[in-house]
Amino acid sequence: MNQLRRRINGMRRSPKALGIVMFAGLLVVGTGYTTVSAAVSPDREVVRTQEQIDLGKKIFLANCASCHGKNAEGTVNAPSLIGVGEASVDFQVSTGRMPGAASGPQLEVKPVQFTLEEIDAMAAYVGSLADGPSIPDAAYLQANGNASSGGELFRINCAMCHNAAGAGGALTEGKYAPQLMGSSAKTIYEAMITGPQNMPVFNDANITPEQKNDIITYLTYLQNNSSVGGEELGSLGPVSEGLLAWLGLLGLLVIIAVWLAAKSN
Amino acid sequence: MSIMKEAPKKNTFLAGTANYVDERVGASGILKEFGRKIFPDHWSFMLGEVAMYSFFVLLLSGTFLTFFYDPSMAMVRYDGVYAPLKDALMSKAYETSLNITFEVRGGLLMRQVHHWSALLFVAAAGLHMLRVFFTGAFRKPRELNWVVGFVLFVLGMAAGFTGYSLPDDLLSGNGLRIIDGMIKGVPFIGTGISSLLFGGEFPGHVVIGRLYALHIMLIPALILVFLAIHLFMLIIHKHTHYSGPGKSDTNIVGYPLMPVYVAKAGGFFFIVFGVIMVISTFFTINPIWNYGGYDPSPVSAGTQPDWYIGWLDGALRLAPTGLEFMIGDYTVSMNILLPLVISLVFLALVAIYPFIENWVTGDKREHHALDRPRNAPTRTAIGAAGVMFYAVLWAGASTDLIATHFKMSLNQVLLAMQISLILLPIAAFYVTKRVCLSLQRKDKEIAIHGRESGRIVRLPHGEYIEVHEPLDPHDLYKLVDYKDYKPTVARPNAQGKITVAARMRASLSKFYFQDRITPATKTEIAEATHHAHEIEAQVQKAIESDK
Repeated sequence: MNQLRRRINGMRRSPKALGIVMFAGLLVVGTGYTTVSAAVSPDREVVRTQEQIDLGKKIFLANCASCHGKNAEGTVNAPSLIGVGEASVDFQVSTGRMPGAASGPQLEVKPVQFTLEEIDAMAAYVGSLADGPSIPDAAYLQANGNASSGGELFRINCAMCHNAAGAGGALTEGKYAPQLMGSSAKTIYEAMITGPQNMPVFNDANITPEQKNDIITYLTYLQNNSSVGGEELGSLGPVSEGLLAWLGLLGLLVIIAVWLAAKSN
Repeated sequence: MSIMKEAPKKNTFLAGTANYVDERVGASGILKEFGRKIFPDHWSFMLGEVAMYSFFVLLLSGTFLTFFYDPSMAMVRYDGVYAPLKDALMSKAYETSLNITFEVRGGLLMRQVHHWSALLFVAAAGLHMLRVFFTGAFRKPRELNWVVGFVLFVLGMAAGFTGYSLPDDLLSGNGLRIIDGMIKGVPFIGTGISSLLFGGEFPGHVVIGRLYALHIMLIPALILVFLAIHLFMLIIHKHTHYSGPGKSDTNIVGYPLMPVYVAKAGGFFFIVFGVIMVISTFFTINPIWNYGGYDPSPVSAGTQPDWYIGWLDGALRLAPTGLEFMIGDYTVSMNILLPLVISLVFLALVAIYPFIENWVTGDKREHHALDRPRNAPTRTAIGAAGVMFYAVLWAGASTDLIATHFKMSLNQVLLAMQISLILLPIAAFYVTKRVCLSLQRKDKEIAIHGRESGRIVRLPHGEYIEVHEPLDPHDLYKLVDYKDYKPTVARPNAQGKITVAARMRASLSKFYFQDRITPATKTEIAEATHHAHEIEAQVQKAIESDK
């Protein structure tokens, strides 16, 4: 018993102890944070109270009206937001695309500029102007559908731009379909119902909410399961494979050949 | 030598067996003949070996895969372990490929070994070809072996493409669809050939089985045959060696096959195998589970062929639009025909290059000592232009990835590549040729005047000179030992006529050799040495008088 205690005391003083404690601490905090944030965000609902709409209008006037117009009616620089719905606002602002940094072929993803409350308020304000796609029902964002049919729907409807593995792809004139490996269930759903930028709208008659959930299930599977074959090389297919074959495989063998031939001289 | 004369002892097992074999198949004669073959030592001579070893790895891993793969296009419902494809409708070929990946023990590793070594096979063969080209190893007597090697390279591409199609996933199906489109673009016979290949309209129900037969029987058998011819010719011709003191067109300097190279090459095979295994263990190649079974309706963004078909895909992508025209009811698809013709012409030029150069130089001598690339400036420049042309087409296959990863417009990337396809090879030709000529001039300068010693001496009359040190004869050899061809003029034939061919030959000869740098002659070097001695004497005198 004494011996055991001494051993434990010894371990506590070992230089590894600090590392182990730090790792355990980080693990707890990290997993705790992700569980909490995962639990919070899908349940966030936009409740359209007058108070919120007023706050939203204020933020809108301060940050958005210079391009979208004082009444969101649009200007030569930016489209009208009447009827785009809460989902559009949430998608564009919560991914950092809006407010746009510069005009270009496409709005870039960048750090989010507003708090969740502010985004909700802006969404409520734009939603109050006219009916449009609203924030998706959390029931369809659980990634609990059929991954197999989701995969098929994804390949038929999405893969031609976003790549079969969701790695993204090029469109014309500098536009592109972004990669989807970091997108949340909610953004994916919102993108489908609002058709941001160059993306077409996939409404509920086209792809039902259950099918959207299937697609989200498939993408979540891809996000959570890395390749069984080892490092994925960006899921870019034969181009990155060819690069590795030349520089990695053949390059290494040439170095070995140089070494082998040098040894004899 | 004295050992050879003693009769083998018959009472030991090894000697007895050796004697038994020798008396029946003459093994000692064979061993004597092959074992004494001399091979020179240089790393660049091992690139072909890498290709050959990766081919052996391909045979081994491919045989493993055939045990579990079924090339059937019959539709089944997937019932394996990969959840995101559960109950999906797919061909038996794709199902068995998935089973190899997820359920056969070691299957995924073997698939990756097979695929990585396929990429390595063609890459090593390509690099080997470049080495042979730039050192002039294709000259007489090796022209035919160049052609055999070329056939091997094309067979490697064919083996790769037929294999790429076998998993019958979305990516391979997209690839086949492009081939189908190219075949159909050939005037008059295209449609017929397409329905013959696919057994009706694409995709049909037979093409996977047919490609499988080609992939595992005909093409590997042809590769083996041509590989045997390639090696047999190598034995007949003997290997080339780099020029140096004591090395010339009439000899071959190196080590015998037995025991040095047998041990070395055997070891190198395991190194190649090992490197392939390591890469296959840590890096995914062709994740077929991501693509799903083939269905003609979806196409994935970023669909590319394996690297060795890339240049053909690039040619298709870079073809300008709007060149199609109608003859009656028939559309002539220039967007397909143009890249097809350009690719075939390019391949043909590669195949016949040794004969072109031989015709231009009119050189009937045998060459066993290799050229330094700078000493054949026009050939090296042509090679650089060819590499550049291939490289632009190759990069053309990834225009979409270049656009997204470097944040450029896809359209502008395409336009830039179309322009580059014409301008860059020309630029590469001139730059390379000028660099080669300058290097030759520098070599000649060093050969004649020796190395700059950094020793500055002031002569009694006030002149400053830098003393140049004469070269070591071994170093000098490398700088002066190369062939000098003069441009030929067109001469009338027996009928007294200057034929068009003769004129063409003369102008090509001018193109090749008009601005050549002649190697430093013995007289030039002797004169310079004499001059140097004079200066040295002056210097010594100055030093003496100073004392």
